Amino acid sequence: MPISFELNGKAATVDVEGNTPLLWVLRDTLNMTGTKYGCGIAACGACTVLVNGEAARSCVYPVSGLAGAKVTTIEGLSSNHSHPLQQAWIAEQVPQCGYCQSGQIMAAAAFLAKNSHPTPEQVDAAMSDNICRCGTAQRIRKAVLRASQGTGVRSQGSAASSAESHVAGGAQ
Amino acid sequence: MSTLTVDQSREREGLSRRNVLKTTGAAGAALLVGFNAAKAATATGEQDEKDAAKPHEKKAVSPFRSWVRIDQSGQVTLLSGRSEMGQGISSALPMVLAEELGVDWRDIKVEQAPNNPELFGEQGTGGSGSVAGSYQILRQAGAAARTMLVTAAAQKWQVKPEECIVSNGVISHNGSSARFGELVEVAATLPVPDLKKVPLRDPKDFAIIGKENLQRKDIPSKTDGSAKFGLDVRVPGMVFAMVERCPTFGGKVKSFDAAKAKSMPGVIDVFDIPAVDEGVHSWGGVAVVADSTWRAMEARKALKIEWDLGPHAQESSESLRKEFRRLVDSPMKVVYKQGDTEAAMAAAPPEKRVEADYELPFQAHATMEPMNCTVFIEKDRAEAWAPAQGPEWVTQVVAQVAGLKPEQVKVNTTLMGGGFGRRYQGDFALEAAQIAKRVPRPVQLVWTREDDMTHDYYRPASYHRLSGALDADGNITAWRYKSSSTSIADMWDKKSPPESSELGLFFQNPYLTKNYQLEYLPVSSGVPRAWWRSVEASSIGFVMESYVDELAHAAGMDPYEFRVKQLGNSRQASHVADKNEPALNVDRLRGVLEMAAKKGGWGTPLEAGRGRGIACHYSFHSYTANVAEVSVDKGNIRVHRIVSVVDIGQAVHPDGVRAQVESAIVYGLTAALKSEITIKNGGAAQNNFNRFTTLSMKETPRMEVHIMPSPHAPTGIGEPGLPPVAPAVMNAVFALTGKRIRRLPAQASDLG
Repeated sequence: MPISFELNGKAATVDVEGNTPLLWVLRDTLNMTGTKYGCGIAACGACTVLVNGEAARSCVYPVSGLAGAKVTTIEGLSSNHSHPLQQAWIAEQVPQCGYCQSGQIMAAAAFLAKNSHPTPEQVDAAMSDNICRCGTAQRIRKAVLRASQGTGVRSQGSAASSAESHVAGGAQ
Repeated sequence: MSTLTVDQSREREGLSRRNVLKTTGAAGAALLVGFNAAKAATATGEQDEKDAAKPHEKKAVSPFRSWVRIDQSGQVTLLSGRSEMGQGISSALPMVLAEELGVDWRDIKVEQAPNNPELFGEQGTGGSGSVAGSYQILRQAGAAARTMLVTAAAQKWQVKPEECIVSNGVISHNGSSARFGELVEVAATLPVPDLKKVPLRDPKDFAIIGKENLQRKDIPSKTDGSAKFGLDVRVPGMVFAMVERCPTFGGKVKSFDAAKAKSMPGVIDVFDIPAVDEGVHSWGGVAVVADSTWRAMEARKALKIEWDLGPHAQESSESLRKEFRRLVDSPMKVVYKQGDTEAAMAAAPPEKRVEADYELPFQAHATMEPMNCTVFIEKDRAEAWAPAQGPEWVTQVVAQVAGLKPEQVKVNTTLMGGGFGRRYQGDFALEAAQIAKRVPRPVQLVWTREDDMTHDYYRPASYHRLSGALDADGNITAWRYKSSSTSIADMWDKKSPPESSELGLFFQNPYLTKNYQLEYLPVSSGVPRAWWRSVEASSIGFVMESYVDELAHAAGMDPYEFRVKQLGNSRQASHVADKNEPALNVDRLRGVLEMAAKKGGWGTPLEAGRGRGIACHYSFHSYTANVAEVSVDKGNIRVHRIVSVVDIGQAVHPDGVRAQVESAIVYGLTAALKSEITIKNGGAAQNNFNRFTTLSMKETPRMEVHIMPSPHAPTGIGEPGLPPVAPAVMNAVFALTGKRIRRLPAQASDLG
């Protein structure tokens, strides 16, 4: 039975079994692979998206429950890394392998929407159900706080981007 | 048009090296500076000529892994046989090349090298070796290319090459300037500098290497969902597959009923695939192929399978532990013996003898992206998209299954959602190929988290008994080490003795003792095991540095002072088992220990209810030390702060180094405090993150990483940060509570 919802501001209609989790609808039906599969039991948070503004674990969210809902995925945050969380993630150099980071960023987005000026302890409490095996939690914590404080982006050091040299001796 | 390659051959043992200039047909001129293909030491000049003419036909595998290409647009491309799995080499390697070449490192394109061992050398990402193994050759490549380009410019302008300035891919001299791309065609015709003698920049003049505030290039794509991992591969016409494997290790399909599964929507086929033990150790099982991942998952649940549970169905963590203890209680194989430990023990007063048993469990890698691989097999070719640390192995297994030659298999290495050693294996690619062989479409094999956790190749379980003695001055007079484990070598490398993979730094003990004995025997087990982040050092670091702490307390000395004293004067601690291993430099180990003590405030007052511990370790040729601060509440250990100091020689990308150490700390803390794989009825008892728990953000300590300034060449850092984590924490727990944790992960009951 076709199910229609709003995905990143655009209308989407899919025709799959109603028990299909949103995760697989995004990844396999709609080819939007930014949302990741990590555990399938809502235990790791890699699949986190926003459903009507709330963080949802898409791996256990049946698509049948989405009729008329507004879904936001990592692809919907911005088209140019301009979202404050993306800026903060880049400034703090958070990702390593990067696989869990879509879910981390979406969890942070839902959290900051409710608490725009959290304490570090509140960030810890809100983000502790998202797993990162690369161990980026310390940087995620800083990035969420940075995004909440609107402290801007650390600029890239331009002096150290290129080597300048005199060549000693010619080719031989 | 021609392509020029500079081909440095190098024999592994440092025998003759040669430079070969060769011209091969290719579309467009390009300057290619590369390193490839050692030949056997029997190479003659004549053979060299022959090989120069046929660069693709070389036999031996090179230790070099990179290739540099500059085309007429000025685009610099670095072809790397190493894979990006989060460790940041897709930025660090261009930094090294750019430093010598004189371009903006961010403009260097990194391409995964085609899987062609003859041309690009052995591919594989592990052993913390990507930067360490590429540093010198990338510098030489950059310097050689720069020299050739400068020579071309100098000839053009009739000026002296040494008066030319190179910056940002432009060569200039007084009023003249030319971009690299404009010079490539002429440069490609010039003689190639001797790569061993080409002048390299003095490290004090480095403008990129070792600098702060350089942001990794791959990070923006990891904040917007556009980074493509193995599971994100989408190929026209592809289908999705799952495999149901036997819940016991070594079990096999006896019979199965696929009728219901086959009737489910989207299901394309259901069939069994055999286990392949030789070389791969894959399990086989029943494959379900469907038009979406979810439909394959659903149909899999409908399978009815009767298993032959195999020879290990009774195995359990308890049965293994019993066997470990039986062996350690008995005479074992003496692997190394120096002096007379028994006599020295007997001579020591009882209060100066220290005996302790340590235990560590199996650990899963639990990469965030479960295993997967996409394979398409056609009549005379195959293609794979693999998140693999060992793409060569992927090539081999796909070729083997498809009945093709390796050169008919193209492997595209994707980004990896974590590796930690797990993705070195060939099993997931082999299974994908087995399924793709039967289904004439591209097949994406997807492992569920449960598959991934219950069919890992785990960090071995191990048991360790240490006994030693001290003299009245607190010197170690005897050190005897007996251990048993489910040996990695025993499973993968039968030619080597089983202890070769298990004893780690015990082969190169930096602490002084005249009487030293190592004993070992493996326990036979059906549980698959292999390389887990820092491999045996992940266990040995805990055992050795906890035991040294026990010795320090028995000696009545401060644990830091005791270590400094027992490390002794400047010397090299040479390897007692493998003479090819470089000797451990005691000064460097003491150096990180001293800096960790200083930065970690060793000896300064602590907040009430807190304890402080210290540990150091040497692994992968890198030196690391940690100071940890902990508290204990109702048996639960809380780590508040870890100060880590690393000496890895020249750090290429300091922020990347810090990130790797932070990562190793968290990975190590998870294994020390939270996770384990226990064996029950011949299989893994934990199958998802609800049972295999990991360190959460609120449990993550404040981490401070310091990099020791060092003139030495870079060594690895993906793994070495891990071994001193658990011992620093447990030594702090002891300092606080007087209770010694000798079994990981720590249990509240051990502290009750």
